[in-house]
Formats: sequence, structure tokens, C-alpha cells
Amino acid sequence: MIRKLFPFIGGVKVASEKQAAAYAISAPELPDKLILPLHQHIGSPSEPVVEPGQRVLKGEKIARATDYVSVPLHAPTSGTIIAITDSSVAHPSGMQDQCIILEPDGEDQWYPLQSHAEDFHQLDPSALRNLIRNAGIVGLGGAGFPSSVKLNPGPDANIDTLIINASECEPYITCDDRVMQERPDDVIQGTIILKHAVSAEQCVIALEDNKPEAAQALELAIQEAGVSDITVVRVPTIYPAGGEKQLIHTITGRIVPSHGLPAQVGVICQNVGTTVAIYRAIQFGEPLISRIISVTGDVEQQSNMEVLVGTPVSHVIKQSKTTTSELRRVIMGGPMMGFAIHDLDVPVVKTTNCVLCDAGKNPNLPLKPAAMPCIRCGACADVCPVKLMPQQLYWYSRAEEFDITREYHIFDCIECGCCDYVCPSQIPLVQYYRYAKSEIWAREEENRKSDIARERHEFRQFRMDREKAEKAQRHKQKRAALKAQQGEEKPDADKEAKRAAILAAMERAKEKKSHSGVQPKNTENLTEEQKQQIKEADARRIARQQAEREKGK
Amino acid sequence: MLYTPSSPHFHANTSVRKIMMTVMLALVPGTILSVWFLGWGVLIQLGIAIIAGLFAEAIMLFIRRRPLTPFLGDGSVVLTGWFLALCIPPTAPWWIIVFGVVFAVVIAKHLYGGLGYNLFNPAMIGYAMLLISFPKEMTQWLNLPALALDNMSFSDAGRVIFGNPVATELDAMSSATPLDYIKTQLGLERGLTEIQLGSSRFGNFGSASFEWIAIAFLLGGLWLIRRGVIQWQIPLAMLSTLFILASLFYMVDPERYSNPVFHLFAGATMLGAFFIATDPVSAATTPHGKIWFGIGIGALVYVIRTWGGYPDGIAFAVLLMNLTAPTIDYYTRPKPFGHE
Repeated sequence: MIRKLFPFIGGVKVASEKQAAAYAISAPELPDKLILPLHQHIGSPSEPVVEPGQRVLKGEKIARATDYVSVPLHAPTSGTIIAITDSSVAHPSGMQDQCIILEPDGEDQWYPLQSHAEDFHQLDPSALRNLIRNAGIVGLGGAGFPSSVKLNPGPDANIDTLIINASECEPYITCDDRVMQERPDDVIQGTIILKHAVSAEQCVIALEDNKPEAAQALELAIQEAGVSDITVVRVPTIYPAGGEKQLIHTITGRIVPSHGLPAQVGVICQNVGTTVAIYRAIQFGEPLISRIISVTGDVEQQSNMEVLVGTPVSHVIKQSKTTTSELRRVIMGGPMMGFAIHDLDVPVVKTTNCVLCDAGKNPNLPLKPAAMPCIRCGACADVCPVKLMPQQLYWYSRAEEFDITREYHIFDCIECGCCDYVCPSQIPLVQYYRYAKSEIWAREEENRKSDIARERHEFRQFRMDREKAEKAQRHKQKRAALKAQQGEEKPDADKEAKRAAILAAMERAKEKKSHSGVQPKNTENLTEEQKQQIKEADARRIARQQAEREKGK
Repeated sequence: MLYTPSSPHFHANTSVRKIMMTVMLALVPGTILSVWFLGWGVLIQLGIAIIAGLFAEAIMLFIRRRPLTPFLGDGSVVLTGWFLALCIPPTAPWWIIVFGVVFAVVIAKHLYGGLGYNLFNPAMIGYAMLLISFPKEMTQWLNLPALALDNMSFSDAGRVIFGNPVATELDAMSSATPLDYIKTQLGLERGLTEIQLGSSRFGNFGSASFEWIAIAFLLGGLWLIRRGVIQWQIPLAMLSTLFILASLFYMVDPERYSNPVFHLFAGATMLGAFFIATDPVSAATTPHGKIWFGIGIGALVYVIRTWGGYPDGIAFAVLLMNLTAPTIDYYTRPKPFGHE
């Protein structure tokens, strides 16, 4: 079937370098230990539900989701939890983060799983989403957004198209390609489940036209499954064809609004690897504990491996018969958007799709020479898939004119790297944009904090004024009541004594206040009503403090 | 120790040097034809220009404490010299080109911050300065009844350029360019038909010799567009504007206003449209901005040629539009994806 496509503007034709595409998915040996970061996804980190020393089974939940945008974490194999500690994680900054360290026992003994192969058609979408969430599934394409959240477009959305993103447009990466070639039925079954979960009318599996074998395998699987509403669409091979908004435009011609979601234009997009993970979660009840990665670049043995989440990168490289000391750079992800890791002991996580090794053998993977000045050639603007003005963004980021970078829509930048790729002056453009973005974020955070402090101060002032007024009011009432009493009895001496006592008390209170700096709580001789008022005020204060603490977190 | 540079890690096989080299390659056919029609002088001027340019660049880099190798090797100064050499009369004395190139490199380029920071096209600043300061030397072109190569040997050309000319000999051989000639003759109340019939300066559709050189530059420019080094907007907008304006006035009075094809192939139109106006550093950069930039140049060229005091208007038109480029860019910002 010939389908009208709507190619996006910009993009670059990059060398594909898909050497690993010829190698079938293999399984590496079990590593000595697995390092399982609690924060492998976008959203709140998960929280451990195991203790060091505890034995866990394969697929057992070891950390629970803490928020709506969060997912649980499962043990990738059976073994013993040896520690819950800070360890280096895969992050561009080389930072450390909380990880559960698991020592495999080699038995690979499964936790009892519950399949929904038979009844998923009867489950309503929210129940399906729950299963997906409980299986710890996040977008495997790279961003790691919890899939259950993505599959919940809200009650107002009218989803007509489900797109399975199988473009795999980054050079080198071949894991999705291999999955489609070797497990096409899983892809189709997963698509059927997703289609049910989002009640879409039509499904499109979109892949770049440089993967004909995968496309054929999928088409065959669709025929065998006897489904009519899933179409395989070949999109032009141009980076970044797999960018979500770019792909949606290519397939549907619809433009997702800036800072908007695909659901706003009736589309939901899922990565093909995620689709297979969802299939396994529903069909077998398997949580997400392994994924397929490409190990490629300057390695002795190109490969696509199904590795357990938490496997150290160094182990994966050794499995590719490569000496780590020869490597000058190891990139997690593709060469366009992946990041170079600082430490080879960082673990493969749910979002790792490629370990790209660079020993300086490929001229396409240079270490950038010193940048030349921008000659304003405009090549960057020609290739920007978001139609930004990369050159102006560069000038203003460099000049730290961050407000102007916002005017030039810096937050629409998807950091695809096209501008940087074509820049004849070899200016690290994306690095400048990241810098500008993080500076803007930092400043906003600062502003937010000072706003909170100001609000707090203002509220305190307001509360003190109010308390003062209330106190004055109470005194007035008391005096009036007293006067009324005195009007009847008029015991002058008594009145004088009382007055002196009150004055002395006030004096004492004043002194105390000036000493302690804290408003004294006068809890003696109060009426029931006053006690009640105080109680209420306390409750209000405690509630507010609680809320602030929550916010502060 | 692992390197951890920021992404992307991939890079296209491109550099400033490669871009400049591509532009030079595109200049070669036009330059060869210039030598063929205008004589060895062109080549000598080119050599002087490049040497003077590199020298000036090296000194400025040294003074500004910038690394020599990357900037001397980027090719930009060679191009500046090359453009200027193509614009001046091939028999002009050597100090003309030296003065022009040094002025271009020192004042128009480095005092603005060097490569990438110049507001104006350096070659055109050099040219404008020379035209204003030395009008006589800058407007004396060889009279070209026959091939210049036959009339003046390489050593003759060198002798003329390096200050040994027999003044009368040179005067006898020199004359104004066709554009210049038309201007002065129109001032004498002669009609265009009469002017053109009475002179061998005019060729089939442009001016003799220059029209073929112009075609070579046109082809070189089209090749640059194909290679993606320049974009179509500026040349197309500039040439169409010039063509349309010339057509309008030609229809009004063909005796006073030259025909549009003549405008396209006379003077430095083609060189200007494809090589000078498209200098990325000093031109507008947004897709729509480039169109406005080209329209402005085309219109100014026609105005200056027709009513201005100078025979050709390319340099001034480009410089005036260079002034407007930042403003044009600001008002023609494209709407990003998702903001439509």
C-alpha cells in the first residue's frame, strides 16, 4: 500500500554505520554483580523494598514506584542484595546515584509470574496500564518515560492513530532492527495490546527504508496474525526521522504543538522495543528486567545482546572480545544524541540502546578539533528539524543572553545534533544550548525558592498582624465584660489589684518576648473557646509546614 | 582515561577550509576566462593580492595573538584577495591591489574581530575604498578589440603593473568599461543605439568578453548552489529584481535605458550575485531574509548604475545591504516547528 507521507523539514543524511545489523541477538554471560539504579526513568526515583542480605528471585519487585510518574524496579536474576548504596550511573555528568547491588546466584530462579495472555481483551485500558506500570516498563527508545503514563492520554483526548516508532534513525544502533527481524510476532502482538490499551483506530509501525528485512518480517507476521488494521510504513532514511514529533509529522502530517503532547493531535507513539516489553509483560507477566543493546563501533565482535538491566558496561565490552584499555571513548546511545560515559563500570539501564566503542579507528567519530569562528553559513538552520535559528541561539547562549535565547525558542530544541553535525566551524552548538537551558533552569529554581521565602515572610507578617488584632479584640471584650461586672459591684481596690496584676503580666510577657524572640504562648487561664482557637491555629500551622516540607522536597 | 565530549559525536566531513576551497574551485572557470580575455595581468594581480592578503592576515593574527595556522589556512583571506583581483583593472599598478587588500584585511576584517565577525564584505570594502580614492587607476581598463593575451605578454603585463609603463602606450590601450562608457556617452545626449553601434565594446548580449566571463561565473555559482555551499535565494532575488527593473525602464525608453539582458551580463553582476552577495558572514541568513537582501541588492545595483555617479553598483549595493542584514534577520525569523 502506498501511503502519502509528509516529510519533516531539515534533518541530515548521516553515514548509517549499522555494521551490527548482521548479528543475531545473543545472550552474554551472567556478570558478577548487577548495579540497579533506582532512577532509570523520567519522574520520581523508585524506593527500595528489600534489605541488604535478602535473597530475591528473578522478576521480584525490589523497589516500588513512589509517584504517578514513576515505576517499580525488579530483580533481573535471582541472587542476594549485597548493598543499597551510591554508585556511578550512566549520566553525562558522571554522577553517582542510589543503586541496589545484586549478586547473582547463577540459578536464575523465577518469581511466580501472572500471565494475562487470555484475558487482556477483557481488561479495561486502566487495568492494562496498571499491569504495564507494575512491570516497570518505560520508553526503551532513550528517554525512559513511564509507558503507563504515556498510554494515558486523559479523558478528553481522542486517539485515532497509534504509531510504533521503529525508525532507529541513529547511526550504529541496530537493536530494534534485530528485534523486528527475529521477533516480529512479538512486535505485532504487542501492537495489538497497545491498540487495545489506547483504543486507536489505526496502527502504523514506522521504520526507515534502510531496514527492508525488518519490514518484510513484520508484514509477514501481520499476515499470519490476520490483523488488518496494522500497517508497516517505510519512512525516508533521514536523521532524526525517529524524533517523536518528526515521525508524527511524517506519518500523519500533523504538527504537535510546541511543548504539547502527541495526544493533542490524536496520536500516541511507542517505541518498538517498548512494545515487545509490553507484550512480554501481558503475555507472560514478565517485568522489564532485560533489554537488547547493540555493542558496536571499534569492537572485535559486533553484536546485539539481550543483557540484564544492571550489567556493567565493562562486562558487555569484554563479551565483545574487546580490551577496554584500547578505547578512548565509550558512548551510551548513538553517536548523535548519546553521551560519553566517564566510568566503564556504570550499568546498562532500561534506556540504554547501544554501547558505542571508539578506539579512534573510524574517521566519522573524530574528537572535535578546536572550533573556528562561526562564519554564519546557515548550514545549521537548513538542517534544524525544528526550524529554529541555531546560529542566533549560539550567539545568545555564548553571550549569556538567556532571556533572548528563550525568545528564540531554545526550549523547543530537541538536541538532535544536526546543526552541530554540519557546522563547518566545528562549534559544539548543542553543548551551548544545554548550557543555556541548564542556566535558565537554575535561575528559575532560584527564583522559585526566593518566591517561596517571600510568600512565607508575607504570610508570617499577616499571621502576626491577625493575632495581634484578635488579641486586641479579646482584651476589648474582656474589658467590656469586666466593666459590666464592675458596674454592679464596683470594688475599687479589687479592680486596682487586678489592673496591677495585668500590667505586671504584660510587663513579664514583654520581657520574655524580647529575650526569647519568640511570641510566648499564653496557655493559662484560657476559655474553652480560646483553647479551641489555638488548637485550630496550631493545626493550620502544622498543615502548612507539612505542605511546605512536601514542596521543598 | 576516557574522553567525555558532549554529543553529537558524529561529524560531517566539512570545515571552513573546505567550504572556501569549494568557492575557489567555482571561481576557476571565470578566472581562466578573465585571463583569456583580459590578459596575464589578471593572474599577476591575483598573485599579488593573495600574497599581500596572507601577509596582512599573518601580521594581524600576530598582533591579535591568534593562532596562525588555522586562520591562515582557512582560505578566507585568499578568497578576499581573489575577489578584489577580479574587480580591478588588470593593468592597474601593483600598489592599488596591495593597498586594497591590506585595507580589506586590516580594517574591514580584523578590526571588526576577524573571520566571521565582519559586518561588511571585506573585498567590497577594499574595492569601494580604491574606487573612491583612485578613480583614474580603477576605471582604466584595457581596450579589447582582440584577445589581450595576444597583445600583451606576461612580462609586458608585469612591466605595466610594476611601474614601468610607457604612459602614452598604456593610455592608448586603455579605456572605460562598457558600463562606464554608456554612462559618459548618455551624458553627451547620445542614444543607446548610436552608442552601441559606434563601439566594439558591446558583445552579443552583454559587453564584449565580459559576457563570457559572466557566464562562467554563473555556471560556477550554479554549481555552488548544487553543492549546497550557497543557497538560491540571494542570487535569484537579486538577478530577478535587476531584470524586472531594467525591463520596466527599457520598455519606457530603450534609447536611455539599457536592456535587461545587458544588465545581467555586464559588469560584475554574475560575480556579485553568486559570489559576493552570498558571502555568508555579511549577508542575511534567514530564508526569507535572504530574499529581501537579494531584492535590495538588485534594486540598488540598478539605481546606482542608472542614476548614480559610479559605473557599476555591485560593491556599493552589497555594502549598503550588509548594513541592513541584522535587521532583516530579526524581522524574518522563521516560525519554529509546532508554533505555526
